[in-house]
Amino acid sequence: MSTPYAKLPAWADYGLIPLLNLIVAFLVAGLVVLLVGESPVRAAGILVKGAFGGGQNIAYTLYYATNFIFTGLAVAVAFHCGLFNIGGEGQAYVGGLGVALVCLAFDGTFPWWINFPLAIIGSALAGALWAFIPAWLQAKRGSHIVITTIMFNFIAASLMVYLLVGPLKPAASMAPQTRTFLEGGQLPKLGWLLESVGLAVRSAPLNVSFLLALAMAVLVWATIWRTKLGYEIRTMGFSAKAARYAGINESRIIIITMMISGALAGMMSLNVIMGDQHHMAIDFVTGAGFVGIAVALMGRSHPVGIVPAAILFGMLYQGGADLSFEMPNISRDMIVIIQGLVILFAGALEHMFRPAVQTIFASLSPRSAGLSAKAGAR
Amino acid sequence: MEAYTTLLQLADATIRVSVPLLLACLAGLYSERSGIFDIGLEGKMLAGAFAAASTAAVTGSAWVGLLVGILVSVAFALVHGFTSITHRGNQIVSGVAINFIAAGSTIILGQAWFQQGGRTPSLSGAARFGEIKLPGADAIRQIPIIGPLYSDVLSGHSILVYFAYFMVPFTWWVLFRTRFGLRLRAVGENPAAVDTAGISVAWLRYRAVICTGVLTGIAGAYLSIAQQAGFVKDMSAGRGFIALAALIFAKWKPVPAMFACLLFGFLDAFSIRYQGIALPTIGKVPVQLMQALPYILTVILLAGFIGKAIPPRAGGVPYVKER
Amino acid sequence: MAETAIELIGIEKSFGAVRANRDIHLEVARGTIHGIIGENGAGKSTLMSILYGFYQADSGEIRVGGKPTVIRTPNDAIAVGIGMVHQHFMLVENFTVLENVILGAEGEALLKTSIAKARSELDRLEREYGLEVDPDAIIEELPVGLQQRVEILKALYRGAEILILDEPTGVLTPAEADHLFRILSQLKQQGKTIVLITHKLREIMAITDNVSVMRQGTMVATRETRKTTVEELAELMVGRRVLLRVEKGEAKPGEVKLSVRDLTVKDSRGVTMVDNVSFDVRAGEIVGIAGVAGNGQSELIEAIAGVRKAESGSVMLDGTPIHVTGGADPGELRDRGLAHVPEDRHQVGLVLAFEQNENSILGYHDDPQYLSGPFLNIDAIRDNAKDKIGKYDIRPADCRLKTANFSGGNQQKIVLAREIEQDPGVLIVGQPTRGVDVGAIEFIHKRLIAMRDQGKAVLLISVELDEIRSLSDRILVMFAGRVVGERGPEATEGELGLLMAGVERKEAAE
Repeated sequence: MSTPYAKLPAWADYGLIPLLNLIVAFLVAGLVVLLVGESPVRAAGILVKGAFGGGQNIAYTLYYATNFIFTGLAVAVAFHCGLFNIGGEGQAYVGGLGVALVCLAFDGTFPWWINFPLAIIGSALAGALWAFIPAWLQAKRGSHIVITTIMFNFIAASLMVYLLVGPLKPAASMAPQTRTFLEGGQLPKLGWLLESVGLAVRSAPLNVSFLLALAMAVLVWATIWRTKLGYEIRTMGFSAKAARYAGINESRIIIITMMISGALAGMMSLNVIMGDQHHMAIDFVTGAGFVGIAVALMGRSHPVGIVPAAILFGMLYQGGADLSFEMPNISRDMIVIIQGLVILFAGALEHMFRPAVQTIFASLSPRSAGLSAKAGAR
Repeated sequence: MEAYTTLLQLADATIRVSVPLLLACLAGLYSERSGIFDIGLEGKMLAGAFAAASTAAVTGSAWVGLLVGILVSVAFALVHGFTSITHRGNQIVSGVAINFIAAGSTIILGQAWFQQGGRTPSLSGAARFGEIKLPGADAIRQIPIIGPLYSDVLSGHSILVYFAYFMVPFTWWVLFRTRFGLRLRAVGENPAAVDTAGISVAWLRYRAVICTGVLTGIAGAYLSIAQQAGFVKDMSAGRGFIALAALIFAKWKPVPAMFACLLFGFLDAFSIRYQGIALPTIGKVPVQLMQALPYILTVILLAGFIGKAIPPRAGGVPYVKER
Repeated sequence: MAETAIELIGIEKSFGAVRANRDIHLEVARGTIHGIIGENGAGKSTLMSILYGFYQADSGEIRVGGKPTVIRTPNDAIAVGIGMVHQHFMLVENFTVLENVILGAEGEALLKTSIAKARSELDRLEREYGLEVDPDAIIEELPVGLQQRVEILKALYRGAEILILDEPTGVLTPAEADHLFRILSQLKQQGKTIVLITHKLREIMAITDNVSVMRQGTMVATRETRKTTVEELAELMVGRRVLLRVEKGEAKPGEVKLSVRDLTVKDSRGVTMVDNVSFDVRAGEIVGIAGVAGNGQSELIEAIAGVRKAESGSVMLDGTPIHVTGGADPGELRDRGLAHVPEDRHQVGLVLAFEQNENSILGYHDDPQYLSGPFLNIDAIRDNAKDKIGKYDIRPADCRLKTANFSGGNQQKIVLAREIEQDPGVLIVGQPTRGVDVGAIEFIHKRLIAMRDQGKAVLLISVELDEIRSLSDRILVMFAGRVVGERGPEATEGELGLLMAGVERKEAAE
């Protein structure tokens, strides 16, 4: 009852089954490639070459991965508390407001290394605030957080469009975006990092936000597994009854977790706005908030899984650009399909192969499949 | 008189833009009433729209297009059923996945098959659902007040519009006057009661998601081969989510669902027509506020500030026979 | 001799390693009320679920009306005239009575005619059996007694000749129960066969013709009710088990540590589960609360421990009140020296997905010794876990193993070690040995006695009468939310059993 499935060795649980799910997702994606009349093998080759074929390519891959590390961590943190935050997209979008306001205010006054911490705070704060309302509604009024965060994505989109065609747009400009930031609002690139290991980078948007993303991965790991707060979040995520028994304030934990989640999603905007485009434009998030769901599911909500999963999706984004060039039939929207398939197989159908794998394990060695009557029995 | 004409035009537009919302909303109603949450309405509608437009472009028949649109949408609905009913997976995750798969594959396949940047060829003639003139529409047009109301607002829509509004009483009838409806409502509230009564929970829920697929397919077909003359990428443009909001707003009931969709449709029609025009006393209402209003209203409803939206009790929970 | 309605031959059923039913033989005569009695977990409900097609027997044969019958689904059971009234009603709460009755037996695709038919049929059933209920009432607006009546109507509407009732009085008031029994007698007179599953001796004696006793998955005896006695049945039910007598000296009760006054607790549906209960627990004594499961013991300790809000009444811990009516904070109570071993270790007392060391601090995770600033002091936490593994002989001795992978007994030791080693003044323990192997039971019992001998106040609830008797210095018996008696440890099983069945109370009232 408590353990719906018999026990598998840890490596099968955390390695084999997720890998199987992933393989199936990519096999189905391969079928789509076949359907449009191209060779999946060749497509995969172009994709990998496009993503890792040179310094320039790698830099782009890591730039995209930066976005997905932030949004993947955001989704994962909420998962640990048993919450499904679909609102990463909107939180990232509103997070951009925090960055833009800091940059617009201080880009002529302070150098980037003063504005960067301010913008981090700004983006985190804006993202957290956008997550706060759904969190409060869930904690205090029981409103389903999945639905409210979806609604808040749309409300965020309207709000940002309103701001970008109105108050934030320079009077003389036609484009729905802020003015371009001065040097104080531009983050240094990280191309030299790759060049230092002998790779050639011409100009790629990879910037210091990538390091911030890695730092956040470490910080999330530490928070979830090494702090009292993380302990309470995980307790709440596994069993609300146990949390109540342990004297944990459920509402407080829900709200704090969602605000952390929103803050992480919000920080994604640093990479795009301050790191690359140097202005805030309409739709700058371009679905990265949703990719976070796939990344978190694939990375099993652990930073050690999330960073590679984010890089994989970064690779799909960057390699996808080359792919659409070589195979005009396969645009970058292929990634959206893959993203959906990963969510389907690694998320909704995560247990599909488990019974089969268990049967195989049981037939190989009855002991390792753990005929774990002990664990299952009350 | 001019004000009246304006009002009629607004009413006409409201009816048109409400149709895909209404069909998707009723679609969601079948699934959610059976206890299967569906945030994949958007994706199924999009897939249906694409399939309908592509088929109509190739065959030249709107009806064949409609049929294929329904089939494809049902196929997506069955994937959702497979994950949530057979494999007891997370229904939210499954819905999210379906939305992405539909969004990506319609563009990829559209580009591969028609080479028009994700569009399908422009449709005309029999490949589209034309407007139907109700009997006597021309004759009574001259009668003041009622004439234009009948001739310009009620008459002159495609068959799918009439179908959508017909589905409202029909769905009500199915839900509350048939055996299937009784069981459907029961399984969304207490599947164990259905199971002990000797009815298969899984088969009942599968039938419910198929109904959902049929209606989202028609909603999609309406977008691409009735309202528009072809498929454009992302043409569902969030309507699946507005429909979801309308469903919550209507507390999962068919007739209120129609009014919720008309309200949200009206907001849409109104904001298009009065974009940036100052209104008396309120002043200039930003068009974005009007667009966000359905979502804001739904959140306020969900918060329990204006009545309480109580979803079907077994919604979102996979049924496991208890030991 | 009346003809046989149901015959079960050699029914076997296992859930994993648990043999819920072993070689069950049962004969129920047509037109009688046949009681099946046994303690919780004796296998009664499993047996009846097999008969109703909800589970499949692993082996054995079912005969209905003398004919071998295969019952795979509830549909098969309904087809051969078996109806069931479940312990937890299988009703759709926001449906009308009529809609619930016809669900699954609508007949045709349109409801109009079937509803009309059902309405007249219900009318007939109501008149025939005295089962009045408004067919258009919404279920959730009906009192529990009437909801049950709807369940009976559902079965009769489907043409049930054999009616199984699973613990039907558990949720009823005494007056409602009496009404139910009148209905059942009437059904019997009309020739229906009734199987009544219960753990209440009073009901068996009051209404059945024959009674079968189940114990630990086996059918131990069948008697004609008028030829047996309550004492005999109580003994058969409990069995002459080897008493795990625990060596213990004389209790030396000290000052009052925990004082409960007029405590009333309702459950989420608003049913009163604890009704005006008052008692004290002193330092250096174990107070045991005996009672059949579901008589309010769980709600009582949950309210005292602060995990459930009480309706009214007061609780004092060391002379200072606990805000039981305002949602006390379990964390604060721990700080004040009240430890709680909850009944449900899987959902409440432990987080099964956690490593053992993480569970060893659950509830004490804000204790400074496990923290350094906002961070967990992993070394201290693991050292603490290893220390407890040693002291309580928890196996396997691996503090990083997932808790789900420990056996029931070792899981319980993890909880007990955590709560006892905190050196609390008061320990509340729920079902300390449920699902625990024999070796661990002895260990746990010794620990609890040791707590008492150190001058702690221990409040124990258990559905195991043996356990209550061998550990407690004073025994309170709860029935229907009230404390119906207090006895010393020398009380006999029969005496306590009668109290637990509410017999004495009934007699006293008469």
